[in-house]
Formats: sequence, structure tokens, C-alpha cells
Amino acid sequence: MTDDVKITNRGWESQDHASEMKSELLELNMGPQHPATHGVLRLLLQTDGEIVYKVTPVVGYLHRCTEKIAEGVDYKQWIVYTDRFDYLAPVTNNHAYVTAVEKLADLAVPERAEHLRIVTAELSRIASHLIALATFGLDMGAWTPLLYCFREREEILNLLERIAGGRMLYNYMVPGGVRYDVPKDNWVADVLEFVTMLENKKLPDYNTLLTYNKIFIERTSDVGIISKETAFDYGCTGPVLRGSGVKFDCRRDDPYSLYDRFDFEIPVGMGEMGTVGDCWDRYIVRVREIEQSCRIIRQALETLPEGPYGTLELKKPVKVPAGAAYSRTEAAKGEMGHYIIADGGAKPFRNKVRSCSFCNLQVVEKVGVGLMVSDLVALVGSLDIVLGEIDR
Amino acid sequence: MEAMYAFFMDTAGMDEMAAHITVAVIMATIMFIVMALCAIIFTWMERKVAGFLQSRYGPMRTGRWHGWAQAVADMLKILGKEDIIPAEADKPYFIFAPLLVLLGSLLAWAAIPWAPGFVAADLDLGLFYIFAVTSLVVLGILMAGWASNNKWALYGAARGAAQMVSYEIPLLLATIPVVLYTGSLNTQDIVIAQQGGVLNWFVFRDPFLFIAFWMYFIASIAETNRGPFDMPETESELVAGYHTEYTGMRFAFFFLAEYANLFLVSMIAVMVFLGGWWSPIPGLDFAPAACFVVKGVLMVFLNMWVRWTLPRVRVDQLMHLCWKVMIPVTLVCVVGAGIWMMASGAVG
Repeated sequence: MTDDVKITNRGWESQDHASEMKSELLELNMGPQHPATHGVLRLLLQTDGEIVYKVTPVVGYLHRCTEKIAEGVDYKQWIVYTDRFDYLAPVTNNHAYVTAVEKLADLAVPERAEHLRIVTAELSRIASHLIALATFGLDMGAWTPLLYCFREREEILNLLERIAGGRMLYNYMVPGGVRYDVPKDNWVADVLEFVTMLENKKLPDYNTLLTYNKIFIERTSDVGIISKETAFDYGCTGPVLRGSGVKFDCRRDDPYSLYDRFDFEIPVGMGEMGTVGDCWDRYIVRVREIEQSCRIIRQALETLPEGPYGTLELKKPVKVPAGAAYSRTEAAKGEMGHYIIADGGAKPFRNKVRSCSFCNLQVVEKVGVGLMVSDLVALVGSLDIVLGEIDR
Repeated sequence: MEAMYAFFMDTAGMDEMAAHITVAVIMATIMFIVMALCAIIFTWMERKVAGFLQSRYGPMRTGRWHGWAQAVADMLKILGKEDIIPAEADKPYFIFAPLLVLLGSLLAWAAIPWAPGFVAADLDLGLFYIFAVTSLVVLGILMAGWASNNKWALYGAARGAAQMVSYEIPLLLATIPVVLYTGSLNTQDIVIAQQGGVLNWFVFRDPFLFIAFWMYFIASIAETNRGPFDMPETESELVAGYHTEYTGMRFAFFFLAEYANLFLVSMIAVMVFLGGWWSPIPGLDFAPAACFVVKGVLMVFLNMWVRWTLPRVRVDQLMHLCWKVMIPVTLVCVVGAGIWMMASGAVG
């Protein structure tokens, strides 16, 4: 027996069978039911042991034909559908859509309504980022930050419930304003109190518990590096782009609403723990954006003007002349764009949505190659995708 | 133990063989019941500790007082679940694997000295025996992963095998200084050597033993496959790891084994480093078994605290930690403790 066995660089192999022996990559189907794919994302992996050689995202499991539905309902009726794109930050989606309609219909928005829009949108952004931190921590195996983040998110949901009536899907903005004024029960003071509490007490808590945890840094720094060029090539936006060190934010660079009046900074990834554009950078950008959102909320509420909160009567449909308009806004996960073609009727001819998570997800195909399976989980977690927005 | 032998041989009139078998059966039954009870209690405790750390309550309803009956209800529910064996699974291995995992920790429980003279199997090689039989757990996990015919389970099993085989080495090495001090592998002898208050516990005898204790603690977390080293399960990566395909009673066996193992490694820590059944203050040894269990539960709490606080390490970092950090450090501890013994005249 020992004669016809030789040592090769792959170990012991029988000479007789050496030609038949071949190794092949393991096809692994990650999702659509998998705890780390944040919904119904399916990743087709080709792995050799722990190393991923090819990763193909397969999307479409949550497709609801929303853009087609837009052609069958009138402009206002479609707002509820925008809530369901990025269901973790619905108000920012509303914002993207209503600004497009306002552009088309040439509607002016009262200042009070703009302030309320910004406050609710930023609250929504904080809620979404909190979930991003929570689930990213969970992907890294840290359970406890998840519960802490959800505790704070609960506060935001309560605040938004008081102003908009819903807890998850608000349907809050309408073309020309917002649906409800500030409730008369001390809402502004409560929001300010929450924002202060979050900034001064809760964020430092998360930082000590998760952000600067040694294991967490080991897991996320130098992992899944998205270079500036890659981010541009794949059309990444939002925290993913800023994590790669690009200082771009629609709120500052293409101001909509009244964002140009407020003073805030745009945090970018600086490669503090490793290379610019690694998972830790994308994570820390979100943490710092929460702080900036708190600043914006405080400014917007302190200068909240009196006056009407909407220009149109709520029950009347919007009159939109024929034409086309594109508006882009900074949603929680990136740049959310709406391209509306109107034919002058009650319903749009076509409504195209540019969703941020969809573009951000593509990058997995390039960056995921050569990572370990655990790192791939970190990468997908750090992109902070929402499948409701990818599939629409 | 002697009293039991005497009772069966003299009073009941059995010959020596029959007495031995009877005592063994009785002890095994007691151990199994205690183990099952521990698993149930620790399941509840884990949920309460997790709740406490996560600013929530945990189970509160079942059984009125802080949901004490929740774990019992869970066990009853899991007994009533359908037992599914995947069509393509390797049936004999699939069925045998959970039993092997449970067996590994149950056998080790036999050599735990609960109180002076109260140990199911008073072996001269007690400590060696414990580490030898707990190696069975690796086989069980590997079998479960392979037999499930599921890629995620296979991943979990491969990770688990690599991890547990590696971490057995620092686990063993960390206890060797204590064996040097005691000059015996008998579990009772090890505890007896720590008589005389908290400063005589091996953990505080010399700095090398102190380091060895923490090395043991870290390795024991890895050995029980719990966070931050829960590579075989890694619920966010591998769905549920090696027990992905298991349901009902078979899953319960894995669950039982996890908590039995958790308490086992905690008890070994207590036995080897933390003075076993001796109370911290000399002369207050009224309830040795209670003292032993309380210390064990505190160790379990520490374990849970770590699990619910830290993120999980990656599999290569885990291996790096074992082979490049913990094994050298424990080796230094072995040598250092030996030198300390000679220098301080602890050795004759």
C-alpha cells in the first residue's frame, strides 16, 4: 500500500486515483431565510472552506410592483407606498417623493412644515441608524447593544406616533406640507429632551459597549474595504460612500428643504482603526451621523416658526401639470431619488425610484470576494440594507 | 460512599459485585437527575441574566414568580415536538450524535467532588479522566454536523472540531500547575490541598496560578462553545451550526449538554482553583456541598455575563488566540509555577 501512495502538496493521495481527484468550490446558498441577510436577501456563495470566492446577490423576494402601482393611483395616494420602501426610516422616503411632486406641481411649502419635515426625517434617520448599529452588532455576535438600541428606537417611535399617528409607517408628509401639526402635549420639549439624553448618555454607552470594544474592532477593521473608486463605480451613497472617505451628502451638496440653514457636519470614514472604507468606518459614520442629526433636530425645533403646516387642503388631489422632475434626498441609507413623468392627468405616467440600498448592495459582488464567511456577514451588515427598498 | 457500600453489603446482604453495581446505578441516576435539573435551572438563569444585562425582565409569566417555570414549560413543549430526521441524513449517526454529546459531559460529572467523600467515582486519575471523557463532545458535534447533510451544519461541525480540539490544550495546561502543587490527579486530593481559607485556594497561591486560572476560564468558554467563542453555532453566520437540522428531543439533548458542560467547566474551575467545597473563611465549613454549588453558580454567572456582553471573535482569530497566545502563556505558567514552588519551598 505504501508504494502507490505519494505525498503531494495537497496531502496524501493514491497514485491510482490522483487524476480523478479534483477539488471544487462549495456552492452555498445564504438566504433568503438566513439570520444575517437582513430580510429576504439571497447570496449565492462559492466557498473553499471559510474563504468566499464568488458572491452573487439575488434580489426580488420582496418585490411588490410598487412602481407599477404608482401608475394606477393618484399622486397623494402613493405616499403610503413610499413608507414601505425603507420601512426603518419611512419619513425620509416620504420626503424624497413629496419634494419631487412639489417640483412638478410647483408647490410652495410653509416654513413650519419644512421644519417639521426635517425634525421627523432626522428622527427617522436616527431610528434607522440605531437599527443599523443594533443589527451590525448582532451580526458580530453582540446581543446586548441590539436591545439597547431598540430601547432608544422605541422612544423615537413614541414621539413619531404622537405627531403622525403611526408607529412604523407614518404617511406623514403630503405635497405642500405635512399631515399634522405638532401635538399640544409638550412634544417639542420631549423631543429635545430625548435628543439630549441620546447624545449625552446613550451614545457614549454604545461606544463603550460596542464601538471601541477590542473584539469588535478586530472583527470590523480592515474588513470589507470599499475604496473610493469602487464606491463611485457602483454608485454607493449615504454612509457607505462617506465611510469610504468621500464627503458627499445631499443635505449639504444639493440642499433641499431647509437643510442649508442648519449647521451640521458630515462625518466621513478616516480609517481610524484600519483602512479607509472598512466596516468599522461605515459603522462609525452612522454613530457620528446620529450626533449630527441630533444637532439638526435641536436647531430646527428651537427655530420652529409659527404658521400653517400645509398649503393644500388634505382631501383634494394634487394637480400636476405635464412634465418630468427628478428630486434626490438624503435618506437614512443613502441617496433616494424619485423621477416622475407626469402627463397632466391625476396619475403619474411613470414613477422611477432610485433606491440607495439597491446600489449599495451591488458592491458585495466585488468586495465580498476573498473574504471569510464571517467577514461577508460583517460586510453585508455594514452596508445596512433594507430589502423593502431594494425590491420595492 | 463507604457507608452506602456497607449498607448494601451488610444490611441488604449483597455480595461485593452486586453492591458496586447498585451503588453505581444509584449514583448515575442521581447525577443524571441533578444534571437535568441544572440544565433547566440554568436555562432560566441564562434568560434572567440576559434580561438583567439588557435592561429587560426576561420570562415573567409562567409560574408567577419571575417566570420560574418557563424552562420547565419549554422542556415539556420540546418533548412534544415532532422528531424530524432529514431524508438524506445519515440516520444512525444523526441519532447517536446528541447522545454522545450528552454522554461526554455526563461521564465527566462522575468525578466531581461535591463534598468530602461524596464523589460518584473516586478515581486516582480524576482530573485526567474528566478531560479525557469531555473529548467525546467533539466527536458528537462532528457526527451531528456530518450526518445532518446540511452545509451549514458541516461548517459548524468543522469549526467546532477545530476549536474544541485546540482549546483542550490550554485548558489542560492551565490545570497542570495545580497538579504540580497537589502531586495528585485525584479530584478530592486537589480540593483537600486547598484547605484553610481563601488565601490557600490555588488561584491565590502564586501569580502564575492566578494567570492560569484566567487562561482556564477563557479556554473553558471556548470549550463549552459559548459566546464570544460560539463558533460551532454562530447564529448570525451559520444559521444554527451543527444542530441546524435537529428538532424536538434530540435538540433538547444538545441543549441539555450545553448547560451541563457549562456547569461542568465551572465546577472544575471551582474544584481546581477556587477551593472546591471549602468556604472562604476557615472554620466555617458547615455545608460543603452548598459552598461548592454556590461557587459553581457564580462561575456560571460570570460565564453568562461575558457571553451577553462581548461580540463574537472570528474563527481565525480564535485559533490565533489559542495557539499563539494561550498555549505559550499557559506553558510559561506551568514552568513559572514549578519554579515558584521550588523557590518558596512548597515542594519537599
